[in-house]
Amino acid sequence: MIKLSQIQKVYRTDTVETLALNNISLEIGRGEFLSIMGPSGCGKSTLLNIMGLLDAPTGGQISIEDRTLTGFSDRELSSFRNQKIGFIFQSYHLINDLPVLDNVELPLLYRKVSAKERSQLAMEALEKVGLSNRMKHYPSQLSGGQKQRVAIARAIVGRPDLILADEPTGNLDSAMGNEIMEILEHLNQADRTTIVMVTHDENMAKRTHRLVRLFDGSLVSSSDFYSQ
Amino acid sequence: MFKNYLKITFAVMKRRKFFTFISLFGISMTLSILIVLTSFYEHVFGANYPEVNRDRSLYSIALEETDTLQEGMRRGPMSLYYINTYIKTLQEPEAISFSSMPSTVNTYGNGKKLNLFFKYTDATFWEITSFDFLEGKAYTQQNIDNNEAVVVIDNETRDDYFGKGVSAVGKTIEINGKNISVIGVVRGCPITRAIVAANLYMPYNLQKYDPASTDYNGSYIVTTLGKNKAHLPAIQAEYAAMIPKIPIATIGDFKPNKLNAKLNPYFESLVGDTFFGNSKGPIKKRFYLLAGLFTLLFMLLPAINLININISRILERSSEIGIRKAFGASSKTLVYQFVIENILLTFIGGGIALVLAGLFIWWFNHSGIIPYADLRINWIVVGAASLLSLLFGLMSGVAPAWRMSKLPIVDALKA
Repeated sequence: MIKLSQIQKVYRTDTVETLALNNISLEIGRGEFLSIMGPSGCGKSTLLNIMGLLDAPTGGQISIEDRTLTGFSDRELSSFRNQKIGFIFQSYHLINDLPVLDNVELPLLYRKVSAKERSQLAMEALEKVGLSNRMKHYPSQLSGGQKQRVAIARAIVGRPDLILADEPTGNLDSAMGNEIMEILEHLNQADRTTIVMVTHDENMAKRTHRLVRLFDGSLVSSSDFYSQ
Repeated sequence: MFKNYLKITFAVMKRRKFFTFISLFGISMTLSILIVLTSFYEHVFGANYPEVNRDRSLYSIALEETDTLQEGMRRGPMSLYYINTYIKTLQEPEAISFSSMPSTVNTYGNGKKLNLFFKYTDATFWEITSFDFLEGKAYTQQNIDNNEAVVVIDNETRDDYFGKGVSAVGKTIEINGKNISVIGVVRGCPITRAIVAANLYMPYNLQKYDPASTDYNGSYIVTTLGKNKAHLPAIQAEYAAMIPKIPIATIGDFKPNKLNAKLNPYFESLVGDTFFGNSKGPIKKRFYLLAGLFTLLFMLLPAINLININISRILERSSEIGIRKAFGASSKTLVYQFVIENILLTFIGGGIALVLAGLFIWWFNHSGIIPYADLRINWIVVGAASLLSLLFGLMSGVAPAWRMSKLPIVDALKA
């Protein structure tokens, strides 16, 4: 599904050069649920952003579904993200000025989908995360757990093959975190959606198929939990 | 998608009330001033009452006699002699009329002193204009041939002189010590209709003049009527061909050797002669160029202000930009979104400006600053306001939208 080859990311200022990712090579299979762990500042989110085509690597190659994504224009990258990838962020990143239903419809706005179908698909996605009764609410009227469920609904509404979740339970208490994790597990099992999740929580990581650890921008270990 | 933009526009407007107020205030004040100016332009230069034939009329308001050797020049309205001897011989016009430049006279009526504008005209004046006669009728060639001392007055003069609602036809009005019989009462027109506006209209033969004088210089301006707008160049060409054949007479020490006179459309006659002299070249184009430049400059300051406000407004929405980009919006789509939002804002400002301008125009028409003023917001003005709104929206929306759309997604999401 995803193949990272010798990915390098360097942040440069006039005086300082910081190596954020150092020759990361990683393959993630279709339907896999992978977690990434590591101390703060080790490059987890940078790696996720590169996988999600939100940021460009300084060196190396990234392939998704056997397509090497180098030299793509802004429009092509946008279209690829829209069709193939869904994002879940730690701080939800909902548009506060829009009601829940419109937030969930967002990825479909950039596809050729009629307003009626958009609304239908968004309602279905909200039903999947148990929030169909909140579609007219605004994000400010929801709890943290509910916001994250809206964010999940937005990530899945376009039926992407890949979901990238950056600490999706990071801002939630354990009960809420557990609920979110159950939704992600269900998505992975029922729809065979590939999920890559950055987390600080060892227990959450253990519920995924595989855990990779980063340290100072380098991949230091990979543990397989399939057998557990 | 448009509905989504509409929702977010109103949501942002509601959330940032102060920004919205400042933006709308700037847009609506600027546009309302421009709408009033456009309306005033239309009021002065459009084919309005009673000059409904302005589109197929040509005017000559001055004759220029030049002594190129001594560098002397005399310029002014024409004499009856010049008009009757030369202009009246033109074959192309459907009608030729003349009237004097307006003068003022004091008279006393209904216990008060009245300062009135009066004009001398021929009988054709009433054929080429479309005055509404509230009472009586216009004087005819027959009245003029009979040397009848008659006058047509406007309704305001009637009300002031004879009393409101009192019939005036058949009564006399004292002008320059003479009692002149009122033959008709017309609905007045504003002084901005410079060629035809007056309070009193009298036959030209009531004016003292020397029938033996062959001076070309006098107090009359000429209006010629063509069959239609397309016919006007033929009239102009005929008059232009006549000018070199007109003999130039010496007037005392002044020995002119060149005569310059034209029949021009209203705008060129009035603006050209007033602001550009009797200069050559496309006056209307030059005026529009100047007006366009003025409009752009006038709009530039609020536009720059709006650009700044927009940048702040959009900057605080950088997270939204990041989200939209992450879920598939291209930079171009985002530019489109922010420009649409801005155009919506400016159209709302344009709507407010139309209401404000409408209120101002209503007040102006009723204020008596210009009697009979009939400024109005018509489709030309609405069209101009829409165009100005669009221009304003584009001017103030594209630059910030372009800048913000280029924001890296990761940075935008962090903000």
